[in-house]
Amino acid sequence: MDIILAVIIGTVFGFVLQRIGAADPDKIIGMLRLTDLHLMRTIFAGIGISSALLFIGMMAGIIDPGHLSVKSMYTGVIFGGMLLGLGWALSGFCPGTGVVALGTGRIDALFFILGGLGGAAVYMMMYGGLKSTFLMQKLFGGKATLVVTAKSTAILDMSWSPWIAIGIGIMMLIVAKLLPEKIR
Amino acid sequence: MYWNWFKGGSALGIAFLLAVVLVKPIGVSTQFVILDGIIGDTLDNTLVVEDKTAKKGYSSSNAYLNKSGGKYAKSVAHPLNYSFVFVLSMVFGGLLGKIFQGESSSGKVKQIPEVHQRRFGNNPVMRGLITFAGGFIVLFGARLAGGCTSGHMMSGMMQTSISGYLFALAAFAVAVPTAIIIYKK
Repeated sequence: MDIILAVIIGTVFGFVLQRIGAADPDKIIGMLRLTDLHLMRTIFAGIGISSALLFIGMMAGIIDPGHLSVKSMYTGVIFGGMLLGLGWALSGFCPGTGVVALGTGRIDALFFILGGLGGAAVYMMMYGGLKSTFLMQKLFGGKATLVVTAKSTAILDMSWSPWIAIGIGIMMLIVAKLLPEKIR
Repeated sequence: MYWNWFKGGSALGIAFLLAVVLVKPIGVSTQFVILDGIIGDTLDNTLVVEDKTAKKGYSSSNAYLNKSGGKYAKSVAHPLNYSFVFVLSMVFGGLLGKIFQGESSSGKVKQIPEVHQRRFGNNPVMRGLITFAGGFIVLFGARLAGGCTSGHMMSGMMQTSISGYLFALAAFAVAVPTAIIIYKK
């Protein structure tokens, strides 16, 4: 059953990433140069809609919070995020969109994935030495969220704080609406 | 050609929601490690071994594959698991998306991005080198961060994870100036 869901949701996700232009390096680099904000609007809307519906669904008891999975916060998140940003701007791909772009027949995506396998392999070999350094130092107590969820420690530890998540979601949707499509 | 922001954003949001409702939040970058592990284990079959004392039933001589009770080691030993098949299916999804797009340019793939051509010319070798280097940095960074644009930024911010917000800030803080400097006309 899990494998069938993997095929269905993976295919849908790949299809959507292609149709919104996220697997097109011109669109990614256009967004990062702040000249073409179409993808920025799409991403803001996507996070806003999914987050608002997720918290509404959990409050209404329709969505099982058991499938949530919050990633830990540690120093390496910041440094790793900065490195990812550098390579993302350079190539116009991130891990997911590189995989999707390969499916569309892009040769440059194949090179991105080969480079990615190399980068991941080097990290695997360095991990033994890195795991007791400051890079793995937990921050905010590790699995932290802004609002209360079943799977994390909340910064805003009040029972009504999921309303804030719904508010943030709606705000992101409004930001997406207000952002201009092209700037320069 | 591409969906407008609202249609695209709704589809993207529903994909992320569907995943967390039915199975678990979407993530991609871990599977690069799993594929590395599969390749490594093919070359040297002592990399991942069955181990009844390990929490997940497998252990590895590599510290990263061995972490969390051999969680990644188990995925390497059994590639037909949800997360790996999910990422393989994304390749197929991309192909379907391209087919259904019905481009006016007869569906021909634009192999070298226009921003790249303006800055570096239309030599495919140069583009290959840049994407290889970019991929290397992106995946090293994603593994150090414990997630990528999908896992940290989208799935994370959807759940209001602190790691998701700070990852997104760090990534954009470097990506925006880098893109402006490298790809200025």
